[in-house]
This record gives sequence, structure tokens and C-alpha cells, in this order.
Amino acid sequence: MKINNVILRTVARVVVYIILTLAVYLFLAGHNNPGGGFIGGLVLSTAFVLLFIVFDIETIQKALPFDFKKVAALGALLAVGTGFGSFLFDVSFLTQAFDYFDLPFFGEVELTTVTIFELGVALVVVGVVVTIILSISEDV
Amino acid sequence: MISVNVLIIIPFLAAALIPFLNKRISRLHIGWFVLFVPLILFIFLARYIPSIANGSTYLYTVNWIPSYGINFTSYLDGLSLIFGLIITGVGALVILYSIYYLSENESLKHFYAYLMLFMGAMLGVIFSDNIMVLYVFWELTSISSFLLIAFWFQRKRSREGAQKALLITVSGGISMLVGFIMIGSITETFSFREIITIIPDFYEHHLFIPAMLLILLGAFTKSAQFPFHIWLPSAMEAPTPVSAYLHSATMVNAGLYLVARFTPVFGGEVAWFWLVTGIGLVTMFWGSFTAVRQTDLKALLAYSTISQLGMIMSMFGMSSAALNNGYSADSVVYTQAAFAALFHLINHATFKSALFMVVGIIDHGVGTRDIRRLGGLATYMPVTFTIAMIGSFSMAGLPPFNGFLSKEMFFTSVLNIRDLNIFSLETWGTMLPVIAWVASVFTFIYCMIVVFQTFFGKYKEERLEHPAHEAPPGMLIAPVILGVLVIAIFFFPNVLGDYLIVPAMASIFPTFATETDLGVTISAWHGFQPELWMTIGVVVIGTLLYISLKYWKKIYGILPESWSFDSLYNAILETVETSSNKITNFYMTGYLRDYLVYVYLFFIIVVGGTLIYTGALDFSIANNAPIDAIDWVIAITMIIGAVAIIFAKSRLTAILLNGVIGYGVALFFVLLRAPDLALTQTVVETVTTVLFLVAYYFLPEWKKEDSPRRTKSINLLISILVGTIFVIVALAVQNGKLFESISSYFENSYELAGAKNIVNAILSDFRGFDTMLEVVVLLIAGIGIFTLIKFKAGKGEEELENK
Repeated sequence: MKINNVILRTVARVVVYIILTLAVYLFLAGHNNPGGGFIGGLVLSTAFVLLFIVFDIETIQKALPFDFKKVAALGALLAVGTGFGSFLFDVSFLTQAFDYFDLPFFGEVELTTVTIFELGVALVVVGVVVTIILSISEDV
Repeated sequence: MISVNVLIIIPFLAAALIPFLNKRISRLHIGWFVLFVPLILFIFLARYIPSIANGSTYLYTVNWIPSYGINFTSYLDGLSLIFGLIITGVGALVILYSIYYLSENESLKHFYAYLMLFMGAMLGVIFSDNIMVLYVFWELTSISSFLLIAFWFQRKRSREGAQKALLITVSGGISMLVGFIMIGSITETFSFREIITIIPDFYEHHLFIPAMLLILLGAFTKSAQFPFHIWLPSAMEAPTPVSAYLHSATMVNAGLYLVARFTPVFGGEVAWFWLVTGIGLVTMFWGSFTAVRQTDLKALLAYSTISQLGMIMSMFGMSSAALNNGYSADSVVYTQAAFAALFHLINHATFKSALFMVVGIIDHGVGTRDIRRLGGLATYMPVTFTIAMIGSFSMAGLPPFNGFLSKEMFFTSVLNIRDLNIFSLETWGTMLPVIAWVASVFTFIYCMIVVFQTFFGKYKEERLEHPAHEAPPGMLIAPVILGVLVIAIFFFPNVLGDYLIVPAMASIFPTFATETDLGVTISAWHGFQPELWMTIGVVVIGTLLYISLKYWKKIYGILPESWSFDSLYNAILETVETSSNKITNFYMTGYLRDYLVYVYLFFIIVVGGTLIYTGALDFSIANNAPIDAIDWVIAITMIIGAVAIIFAKSRLTAILLNGVIGYGVALFFVLLRAPDLALTQTVVETVTTVLFLVAYYFLPEWKKEDSPRRTKSINLLISILVGTIFVIVALAVQNGKLFESISSYFENSYELAGAKNIVNAILSDFRGFDTMLEVVVLLIAGIGIFTLIKFKAGKGEEELENK
């Protein structure tokens, strides 16, 4: 398809950053507000999907040289790995912990191990969604 | 001290690291690095010997799934220590040997990763106190051994051997799992130590005998007992280091370990005594009898391993006689059988691994293992010959090698058991020494075959692939160490007895250990006892039979080839394959409609049936939230959209209408104040619509299906039923108050998980296990789609297989 989508391309350049920001916000906000790993990952993957649709796959793969299968695998490793991490502290599988820390600049911040688990979830979602879409679209 | 749990994890970590390490280091054989793992573990375990000998045991618990009583608990006592030392000790020697055996061109990273996986699994089996955890590791040994046997997967025989081993050991393992669950439900615990203490209250339980039989099935398949022994010779397609490790010293011993471990639980049962002893003796006889006819050295050793395992198994069985009447001075005698079993277990690990390595050296050196082509190698391979002689003579039960001692003790135990007046032994008991003795004669014969037909006689260079020469020194280190051990144990057997076997006896007979010393002084010379006469008889008759071998070898031809258990296995496999193929072809029609019909029918029957059966059909909508005008609007729009799909003329319309339903649901979530769900639904809907559009061009032409009236009416009926049931379920859940609502628990999400977002707290804190599994499922689905699309086999590609 050789269609010159000038408007779509121009808009996409801006919109992608908004989506990416939203994705990161959703991911981090998940603990206390709507959001979380799954949604964050999904939104992130829509950004990728948008890029792949607007520009062609080769260009984007040059700019974002990730193997999304490996991203998904890394995510699963993280999610399962945090479960085993609990063994080091002699608590049951997948026990999560949280505490409040007084960080410079940020003030009092709640840090929790769930974030790592959620990161794993997000990575799996991104990896799997993009892998599926890429492989279907490449299959001619 | 580091806990034993960590010790189990170390090989797994090594397995994960090896592929990365292999990339970095290309100049040095990676085996040198892997060698450190078993070496360190061995030293670590060896440090426990003195304290274990003093009677202490070590227990480490890490919670895993405490709500089900499944914890990663490791237990270090005398019994597991013996197995642990064998696994790590022989493991180190095998790796040392494999460095010279496998060339750099082989896929070494896979080999050593599998080997480490296996070692970790094996350590897990013997150190787990929790039987559920033990089961997990047990199956892991099957899987890793499958990978190792099929290491040269280009060969058809390797793949078949691996498949056979996997099918037999895993089906045994699954029956064992059922047995474990039964034991768990009887005693309400999965911990070995607890089971042993409370099991006497449950001897009369109706599940007690079934559990015992199922667990024995697991042990018998793993230890290649008759008639499950057929997988072991096929497994000899594995590289020789694997055979030396898995098929002589470790994996096959797992069944023996299980029997030894469960002796205090089931040992008092008459059926246990007869099954373990009987199957063991039959296996011993059949293995040694069949070994004599083998022409492949490795196959011969495989059958001899089967025979030796049967012998050890029968000794464990005989020792259980001691438990029948509780502790008394008379019954202590029978515990000696277990002592002999453990002693022979160690001896067997030493001499059989050495023999396997010798066969590997011969195979490597001259390119064949066929006895008919070998001969006269003694002058060319003096060191190899010496080791082979030590190993074989030890196996035949001759002095001054360790096999002699344990063989004598074996005879002692069979003779002892004859005097016992329980289990109708007074009539059948005399059979036991006879079978044992006959089997020993055959053992003697095949041991002589190994030594004399390979190393003496005429040297036939023209029939060998390479001229014979001595193996490189590196390859000889490991078997020489084992050979030295074989002799050392003969001269100092009591060191082994006092420090390793006696503590292990305390684990097998916990009730006896408090009353008396279970140790036995092993002596090479004990006067002209019946045992000695039996050995002399074995040597005399064995020599005569060996010399006259060619005259009576014809008896092996009496039973037709097709009567073997091997062909029975093949026949079963074939029948299962063809019939399952038929069944699958019957219902896998290739039409999506049919598959949907199966899914929906299942749903209708199970869910609808349950609704009717449990009388959950009554529901009241009085307490439901009021429906606003806007809700009506969305609902009606969605209904129209759904109905319109049926009449859509083009696929694009259908996709968009489908989107209407999805976004409608998202709108509902917004109205019902569930922003999380609304957001997810919107994004998912968008992504799926995009996916649909991406695939749009490649989908076949959209055409109206013109199906017969009957199909249409079935479709209509099913769709109405499914819709009705969904609505009923949705309405009925409102007033189903079978359990106390758990929502109050989640109200504490801020205190318990520090999360203001309850949905998120539920997903990742309270029900994190579900989410974790969902993520894994998602990953598997993604990989599935990827492989389906990327690795479509083109026409003619399938024929490349098997080339």
C-alpha cells in the first residue's frame, strides 16, 4: 500500500507520546488509582501498534530494536520470579510487601514489591500483543 | 550453615547459566566449569557425615503453599545423605569423564544444562520431606532424563527410547501422585515425618492398600522393575556418560529410595513384603537371564542393572518383615536385609558406573560395542581391561571386591527370611533362596562374558572400525577412581557401614533405632557358612555354564520374539495411536462451527445441568439496582448491534458492529463507576478491532453460509440455550449466598496491601497467584500464535523429518 497519510503521520508523531505518557502514568498509578500492569501494558502496546500501522514495520523495528517475544518472556520471568523472591524472606510464595519511604525531591513515597510483579505483567502484555499483531501482519 | 534447600537450587541455577557461559568461553571445554557444581555439593554434603553419624538430622522449611500444607521442606538424614553423596559424587566423576567423551562439536550447552537440571531434580527428590514437592522433582527427573536420552535426537532410536522411558516412568509417576494424594487425605498431612508418626492409626483405612499399590507402581516403573524394565535397555541410546549416571547410579535408584522411605509407612503390610520381595526377585532373575543373551555390551549392562536393581529391591522387601510384629530381638535380624540393600546400592553405584565408562571407552576407541566383533583387547587396553575386570568380578560377587561382601549379605538375608513363620513363608519361603541363587549364577555368567569375550580371545582388527588403543588418560581418571573405590570398600567396609549405613537404617526403621543398634559388622571371612557354600556353588556352576554357553544358548530361541514385553509395549502404543487418531479425526472436522457447538454444548450441559440439579434457578431481582434511561439506551443499542451482525452483508460491517457491543460494555463500566474495567475494555476492544483489520485482507471471501435447515435450527437452539443460561446465571449470582461474602476482606486493602485501588490489590496482592498464571497463559498463547504463523510447514517439508 503506497498511500501517503500525511495527516495521520503528523498526528501520530504527537499522539504516540501522549499514549506513552498515559501508559506510564497508568502503570504507576495502578496501586491507588485506576490503572495497573495489565492496562498499562495494553495502552503501551496500542502505541506500538499505532506506530506500526502509520509507519511501516521495518522503519519502526529499526527505531525500536526489541524482540517482543523476549520482552514477553522477560515479563513472565519477572512475574514468576517475584513469587520466588518471597522465599528469600521465608514467607509464602508471592507474598508482597510495601512501605513508605521519605525520598528527596519526591517526598514521602510508597514503594511496593507489587510494582515489580506488575512490571512483569505489563511486559508480558506488551510483548504478546505486539508479537501477535506483528506476526499476523507479516504473514502474507 | 547454608540450608539444604539452597543446595537443591544450585544445579538449577547452573543449568540456567550454562548457555550464557558457553557463549563467553569457547576455548575451554565447558565441562570443566560444570564440574565444580557437583564437586562443591559433594564436599558440602560430606561435611554432614560426622554429625549425621551421631544421629542428628536437619530440617529446613520454606513456605510454598502453606494453605494446602505444601511447603518446600528439605530433610537431611542418613538415608538421603547416602543418595545425595552418590548423586553428587558419581555426578562429578561422570562430568569429568564426559569432558573427554563428548567432543566440542556436540551441543555441549544443552547436554550440561540437562545434566544439571537432572541433578537438581534428583537432589530434590531425595531431600524433600513434603511428598507433593517430591512428586514435582520426581517428574522433573523423568523430563530431564527424556531430554538426555534423546540428546542425539537425529537418531530415530534415541527418540523412541526417550519416549518409551518417558511414557513408562511418567505414567508410574502419575499413579504415584494419586497414591500420595490418598496418603495425604488419610493422614491430612503431606510431610513424611508426620506421616510416619501417625500412620499406625490408619492401617485399617480403606484407602491404605490402594495408596500403597499406587506408590509402589511409581517406584517399580522408575527402578525398571519387571515388567516395566523394558524402558531401560531402550534408554541406552543415550550418550554413555548419561547411562553411567542416570541408568546405573541415580535415576533408577529413585524407586529404591522411595521404597526405602516408605518402608516405615507400609512395611508392616503383608502385601508390601510379597510385592517388593517378589517383584524384586523376579526382576533379578529375568534381568540376569536376559543379559546373557545380549550381544551389545551396553544392552548387556542395561539388563544387568535391571537385575541388580531387582536384587536391591528384594532386599528392601525382605527387611520389611522386621516391621510386621513390631520390635523384638527376633525381628531385628531381618533389618539386616536393608543394611545389605544400602550396602549393595553403594557398591553397585561404584562398579556399574565404572563398567559403563569402560564400555564407553571401548565404543569410543574401536567404534563398536558388539561382543561378536570384539576380542583380545586386553593387550591393547591394559588399564581399561583392569577396570573392567574389577567391575565385573565385583558384580559377579567375587573377592576381593566390594560386590562379594554385599552378595554374601544378600544370601544371608534370603536364608534368614526362610525361617520366618509369617506370610505363609514356610511353604513358599524356600523358593526365595533358590531364585536368588539361580539369578546369581546367571549374573556370574554375564560378568564373565563382559571380561572374557571382550578382552580375551582372538583380536579381530578387520571387524573393528578403528584399531584398538588405550584411551586418553583423562578419560581413564574417573573409572580408575571408581575401581579403586571398589577395592577400598572391600578392605574397609565397616567405615562405610558405621558412618553412612547405620544412620540410614535409623531412617528406615525409626522405631527400632531407639531400641537397639542396627549396625552389622561386615566381615569378608565368616567361616564355612551356607552363604559361602552358595557363592562357591555359583562360581562352580557358573564357570561350567559359561564354558558350555554355546550348547545351551539355544533356549533363548524357544520363546518367540513377538512374545516379549517390548512388542507388547509397541502393540499398545500402536493401538493407542491409531484409535486416538480415529477418534480425533471423528470430532476434529475442521469447521469452526462444530468446535463452537462442542464448547457450547459442554457449557449448556455442565452449567445448565448444575443450575437445574442444585435448584439454583430461583432468583429475585428485587434487590437489583434501578435501571436508568441511559442504561436502556445503551442496552438497546447493543441488542440492535448484536442482532444486526447476523444480517450483515460484509465482513467490515460485522467487525464494526462487534465493536459496538464491546464499546457498549465499556460504557456500562463507566456508568457503573468501574474505570479500571472500562479502560481495559476500551483498549482490548481497540486492539482486537485493529487485529481484525490487520488480518482482514487475508481472510477468505465473506459469503453467506447456505446450510441445511437442520443445522440452522440446531444453531438457533444452542444459541438460545446459551444466552438463556448466561442471563440466568447473571441474575442468579445476585442472591446466591452459599458462602459469607469475602468483600469485607478486600475493604482492608489499604492496611494489608497499601493499595487504595481495591481492584488492583485483589489482582496482584490477594489473588496474585491467579494473575501470575494468567500472565503465563497469555505468554503461552502468544508463543502459540507466533509458532503457528511463523513455522507453517510447507508442502514436502515433513519428509525432511527422519533423514
